[in-house]
Amino acid sequence: MNTCDLVIIGGGSAGMAAAIGAYKSGIRDILILERDAEPGGILLQCIHNGFGLHTFGEELTGPSYAERFTGQINELGIRCVTGALVLHLRADKTLDYISPQTGYRQVKARAVILAMGCRERPRGAIGIPGTRPAGIWTAGTAQRYLNLDGIMPGRRVFILGSGDIGLIMARRMTLEGAQVLGVAELMPYSNGLQRNIKQCLEDFDIPLFLSHTVTDIRGQERLREIVLSRVDENRRPIPGTERSFAVDTLLLSVGLVPENYLSEEAGIVLHPRTRGPLVDEALQTTVPGIFACGNVLHVHDLVDFVSAEGTQAGESAARYLTDGFADSRSILAAPADRTIGYVLPQTVHPDRLDKPVEFKFRVADAYRNVTLQVLKDGQVYKEIRKRVLLPAEMEKLTLKKDDLLDVKQELAFRIAAGHIDAS
Amino acid sequence: MKKELTCIICPMGCRLEADCETTENGALAIRSVTGNTCPRGERYARAELSYPERTVTSTVVLQGGRYRRLPVITSAPIPKDRIFDVMEEIRAVSVCAPVKIHDIIIENVCGLGVNIIASRSL
Repeated sequence: MNTCDLVIIGGGSAGMAAAIGAYKSGIRDILILERDAEPGGILLQCIHNGFGLHTFGEELTGPSYAERFTGQINELGIRCVTGALVLHLRADKTLDYISPQTGYRQVKARAVILAMGCRERPRGAIGIPGTRPAGIWTAGTAQRYLNLDGIMPGRRVFILGSGDIGLIMARRMTLEGAQVLGVAELMPYSNGLQRNIKQCLEDFDIPLFLSHTVTDIRGQERLREIVLSRVDENRRPIPGTERSFAVDTLLLSVGLVPENYLSEEAGIVLHPRTRGPLVDEALQTTVPGIFACGNVLHVHDLVDFVSAEGTQAGESAARYLTDGFADSRSILAAPADRTIGYVLPQTVHPDRLDKPVEFKFRVADAYRNVTLQVLKDGQVYKEIRKRVLLPAEMEKLTLKKDDLLDVKQELAFRIAAGHIDAS
Repeated sequence: MKKELTCIICPMGCRLEADCETTENGALAIRSVTGNTCPRGERYARAELSYPERTVTSTVVLQGGRYRRLPVITSAPIPKDRIFDVMEEIRAVSVCAPVKIHDIIIENVCGLGVNIIASRSL
């Protein structure tokens, strides 16, 4: 069996940044396994601009952003096998993969970085009633058809879900001559960025139906019409509010789920809320030597943050391979109550920190003019005033080693109404 | 007259209200902007109401490449009301691989003084 210091599963934004991070920390024996025909991941089909403001200080398209990283991978001579599908990953860090250029291979890695990204939730995941005609796609599938293959998915379009991919596709289909009749959102607020609501919907007079969902799909060979219903505060369709739209295409932008079947096979413990691996401050999973970063760990809003997390995972894997991690006590980081959706990392080793810990979290609901509280073992330690907190936007908070050394068991986060003066 | 708009500069998404009047020559004069929580909001409102511009991204037909489309972008923002004119020119173009990132695909699109350039190498 071949051996390799570091195998990275996935050559998208997370995997490429991880490879570069590990290389710059001194690791040379690196192998990226990429399922698609070239590295770059989902960025390659995201032809709109707005990527890279944090990483490069300028707004790039997805393909341009990817090219900055593929260029570095090539320059550094990091090995990347494309068309490579990883079939198995085990806790002893052996992997099986197949690719047209290598055939069936087994490799024993000393460290592994999971960078497989996420998948879109399909129609089956939300259970829309009706027939099963052609013309129903996830927004990302339609995006790939249109932007890489030049295939127009349809002419009269309705979009379910107001996440950014749905909004971007509303504009994209409109620019290509389709008529987008509307975007429906189950929640009373959009999960997309305000700038996308403005630039992708309002600029083209595309209506946004908040608190609405698709309750029927009609058509035999091809989609003929969809039925839209208003929903109540419990997100249940209200009878009598049905209206139909004659469309040939329905695009779904109803959420992303980290793709972790390999992680599960390796026995890595997943978090019920992020649906990604549980990790510590080094982004190490519950299996020593296996790290995770990017959308396979938790779904991000901005690729810049995926790249930063990838770099961190690469540096951590390098540290694991060169010095190793000393045994050390760990504390938990978690939501204090239901105001917070999740906190990441979920464990921290205060005594072995050599740099501050950047905690990432999402709120469970939309909040305005509130206080974020950080609790050490149940006692409020820090309070930060927040003007706007939205579930769609990941929040970050950096704490230093000194902030964490005296935590005995748990660091917790919650949102408190109103402002309480912090001492 | 009052005009309402949503600031798109940052995630705050401030609801802005601009107090405007139409001058004798038909132009829009902005007297004041309220609702913004930083100076960028006022700048955005003034630009958006007087001369709204957008960056346009799309694809052109590609021959002999890995994919059948090449992603392209305007080299600078163009007037918002010319987006569909620009799209028409973009749709009429076909290029052959290889293409380098930032290669000019259409020079001076619609006479706007802006180029359509490749947004990746293929």
